[in-house]
Amino acid sequence: MSGRRLASGGLINRAAPVRFAFDGRDFAGFAGDTVASALLANGVGLVGRSFKYHRPRGVFSAGPEEPNALVELRNGTRREPNTKATTAELFAGLVARSQNRWPSLAFDVLAINQLASPIFVAGFYYKTFMWPAVLWEKLYEPLIRRAAGLGKASVETDPDSYEKATAFCDVLVIGSGPAGLMAALTAGRAGARVIVAEEDFPLGGRLLAETYEIDGMPGAAWTAGVEAELRALPNVRIMRRTVVFGVYDGGTYGALERVSDHLAVPPPHQPRQRLWKLVAKRTVLAAGAIERPVVFGGNDRPGVMLASAVRSYANRFGVAAGERIAVFTTGDDGWRTAGDLLAQGVTVAAVIDPRTEVAPAVRALAGGAEVYLGAMVRDAHGAHGLRRIDVVRADGSSVSIAADVLAVSGGWNPTASLATHHGARTEWSDTKLAFLPGKTPPGLAVAGAAAGNFTTAEALADGVRLGNEAAVALGFTATSIAAIRTSDESFAVAPLFHVAAARTKAFVDLQNDVTVKDIALAEREGFRSVEHLKRYTTLGMATDQGKTSNVNGLAIMAELTGRSIPETGSTRSRPPHVPVAIGAFAGLHKGLDFKPTRLPASHGWAVARGAVFVETGQWLRAQWYPQPGETDWLTSVTREVKAVRGGAGICDVSTLGKIALEGPDVGAFLDRVYANMFSTLPVGRARYGLMLREDGIVMDDGTTARLADERFVMSTTTINAGKVMQHLEFCHQVLWPELDLDMVSVTEQWAQFAVAGPSSRQLLQTLFGPGVDLSDAAVPYMAARELQLDSIPARLFRLSFSGELAYEIAVPARFGAALAGALVTAGAGLGVVPYGTEALGVMRVEKGHVAGNELNGTSTAGDLGLGRMLSSKKDFIGRTMAARPGLVDPARPALVGLRPVDRAQRLRAGAHFLARDAKAEAANDAGYMTSVVFSPELGHWIGLGLLANGPQRHGEIIRAYDALRGEDIAVEVVPPVHVDPEGVRLRG
Amino acid sequence: MRIDCPFCGSREIVEFSYLGDAGVQRPAPDAGSVFTDYVYLRDNVAGRHREYWYHGSGCHSWLVVERDTRSHEIFSVDYAHRETVR
Ligand SMILES: [Zn+2]
Repeated sequence: MSGRRLASGGLINRAAPVRFAFDGRDFAGFAGDTVASALLANGVGLVGRSFKYHRPRGVFSAGPEEPNALVELRNGTRREPNTKATTAELFAGLVARSQNRWPSLAFDVLAINQLASPIFVAGFYYKTFMWPAVLWEKLYEPLIRRAAGLGKASVETDPDSYEKATAFCDVLVIGSGPAGLMAALTAGRAGARVIVAEEDFPLGGRLLAETYEIDGMPGAAWTAGVEAELRALPNVRIMRRTVVFGVYDGGTYGALERVSDHLAVPPPHQPRQRLWKLVAKRTVLAAGAIERPVVFGGNDRPGVMLASAVRSYANRFGVAAGERIAVFTTGDDGWRTAGDLLAQGVTVAAVIDPRTEVAPAVRALAGGAEVYLGAMVRDAHGAHGLRRIDVVRADGSSVSIAADVLAVSGGWNPTASLATHHGARTEWSDTKLAFLPGKTPPGLAVAGAAAGNFTTAEALADGVRLGNEAAVALGFTATSIAAIRTSDESFAVAPLFHVAAARTKAFVDLQNDVTVKDIALAEREGFRSVEHLKRYTTLGMATDQGKTSNVNGLAIMAELTGRSIPETGSTRSRPPHVPVAIGAFAGLHKGLDFKPTRLPASHGWAVARGAVFVETGQWLRAQWYPQPGETDWLTSVTREVKAVRGGAGICDVSTLGKIALEGPDVGAFLDRVYANMFSTLPVGRARYGLMLREDGIVMDDGTTARLADERFVMSTTTINAGKVMQHLEFCHQVLWPELDLDMVSVTEQWAQFAVAGPSSRQLLQTLFGPGVDLSDAAVPYMAARELQLDSIPARLFRLSFSGELAYEIAVPARFGAALAGALVTAGAGLGVVPYGTEALGVMRVEKGHVAGNELNGTSTAGDLGLGRMLSSKKDFIGRTMAARPGLVDPARPALVGLRPVDRAQRLRAGAHFLARDAKAEAANDAGYMTSVVFSPELGHWIGLGLLANGPQRHGEIIRAYDALRGEDIAVEVVPPVHVDPEGVRLRG
Repeated sequence: MRIDCPFCGSREIVEFSYLGDAGVQRPAPDAGSVFTDYVYLRDNVAGRHREYWYHGSGCHSWLVVERDTRSHEIFSVDYAHRETVR
């Protein structure tokens, strides 16, 4: 096989040479080339080794259906395996390498796999090497993985970015061949918003690869005219290099735009690829068709190509794929390859057609070349490239013909897989000898070759008709298009899927190395259903999804089982229609951008003070504020706790959910969603509330304050803010729409700080000035006040999570950072410190307050020592189910405090409780440690836990067993409130 | 899948969250085992199904959507409160 660039012709830019490298050798191509066309133009026929048998392989197609010419593209971090050379656009400096060869493409040691081919037959991984298992893992699998490969991925971080975008249109046109262009033009002229998605880099589809004329112009010139008009229409958007890979519900289509794959590196601020959701009211699928090969012996040799591809290379790329090209075709279309080659001065060795008669006009296309009618190619020969073919005539006689390329055409398979993405199946047509779309996804119509209407005239007419139908259905007025003159080609074709007389290995699936023998074996072993055939032989399961093999494979199975093709059935195609990089699906959602990061208003202030941060849900919160000289977190946290308990501290608690509720029925509503009573809450007061799920388990807790008669503000935990909002809205909108209230989340509207410690009142007095009365009488424990801080509205709540005299102060979020600074200034003489979530946690454990660790989705109010909060005077969410015997069983693990018997020992969260003499096994599990902290107040570790019969076991010594760390220590069960159990301080 | 929110218009599925069967009715308090059924038992319908959806990334409306669970075809969308009042 020795291809060459033709002296003239093609749509490449001969004024723009492009240098590139393949397997370390430098070559030149032209702008407009693909890697495949440039390699063929340089006489490179051998481009890779096959998956299982490492057989030499060459370029087979000229499009996305390519099973053979898969290369590793680019170097280093951008190295990408399995790139189709037939669609990869050439750019200056492109570097490509062949795959699956060692040590070199020409001499491959593992080609010896061919001799071991009995091992690699259908189902080999189901029955070979199954025993003993240890050898599978240690020996066979690594061996097979090394032998059967598909290139190597770069294991480095992808340096490129990927984007996601959504676009809406009235009419989506998939494909820009004759059918797609006319559909876009008619719908566009009618005024519909149109998106045209074309996988290739120019518009035109097959028009670029054929020589026939439209309206007296070459296809490419006619295409350019239509494209110019489409571009002039403001309601039409053309998306090149964009492949639609899936049809989803509601008129949504997945598409991948290769934004920068045709460049050495993406331009600044541009992604490599963009994943589109295209939302269309109507869709015209005009994706064309893929030529079907015929399976014969040695049909995988480099030089055996699809006839349409040979034509594409000649007409579009100005490349003769070989010096002596033979054509093996079962229909009229293949003869056009002979005609086009002869017109370009390329030698046509022979035209072989199994039909005994062809129309004279078709016969004339072969000119003076040798013609064999009623004949077939039985075997192809040539070690690293085609040298000759054996042709067998109807009478059984055979002849050997020298050729370096064999152009094969067995008819056309419509590219209709998108039309089957909603569970529909294609239907076999005996007249078209193809699977045609049947029922289609809602709003999708199929035009042109994708619908089995293979002639240009049919495609143009389909496009006009369906473009108009779509526009009219959407309320636009149909446009008329003047009749288009086309040359009338014929598409008669005879059914021939494989040559049974083949004497050498005949490949059905070139990418997965599935042979006719494999299909016969599957049939003998009972894997006759097409879905079984596919999985047993891996037919059609490679990255090309069997675009050039599925139909042949099932036709062969049909023949073996004596059934018709429709009786044999077809496999279901599923998205994505072409491989899509995971990076494109991830888009910008990677690393720190995997999810949104929410920052409280004081974040910058905390950064400036050197805070260490922790993620709590989407929020980033200050965890502690290390001071100079502090090297471990415990030192910093202990200092912060001591400073709060000894003076004052401030902590940003803005991340807690805040929900504003207004209306005459808020009180009644809160009574139903909280387990305890709220309608009796006086104005100016706050109350701790416990919310259950309908199944009786605790959902969330927090305080709710009544600011005015019909105005409340609720707080939730940070983690459950969204969940509680959704729940409350369900309760209101679905369960009790008759209650008159409105609610809205104001979490992000208010910045809120805890001001805690015995000096906190003094601090706030300094802040507010002497005009505001903050005395215990004016602002008692659990008071809620609205007041002014300078001219800013502020809310002051006397709440305590730390057990100290404490407040929470809220201001509009934009003043949050300023308030943090003002609080520190006001507390300057009081030793105020900012404290983080760790100190907050230490103090809440010291006070025995439950938090997320205890509200674990399985604990009841009783388990948490809050059983008395369940009101018996009203119904509320969860009341009925909370009374189930299993939820009120006193033996349930319930909240206790814990201390190490040896005060020097550290407690571990997650440690399981065991009776002192119990064996460490699941049956003896008595609960677990939920939270542990080092208590600066007590000078040792303390914990909270859920212990079976816990409240009755205060004073008992049990074990905290931590199998993960290998620790097993004695702990004393104590009441959960470790510090100031009488609550003297918070009322101070 | 897209849902035609009566307040916001046609929006993508990612803006919504699902709760399930809209045919269940919260029983009277202390209704016994009926309450257990309400909390735990749902039919797994293959076909037309009236179900609750929440437009959390939009207007926060709770909606009742009638959908074919096999094809995802949507037949109707309405506010849940209107359904409840009806
Ligand atoms: Zn909405």
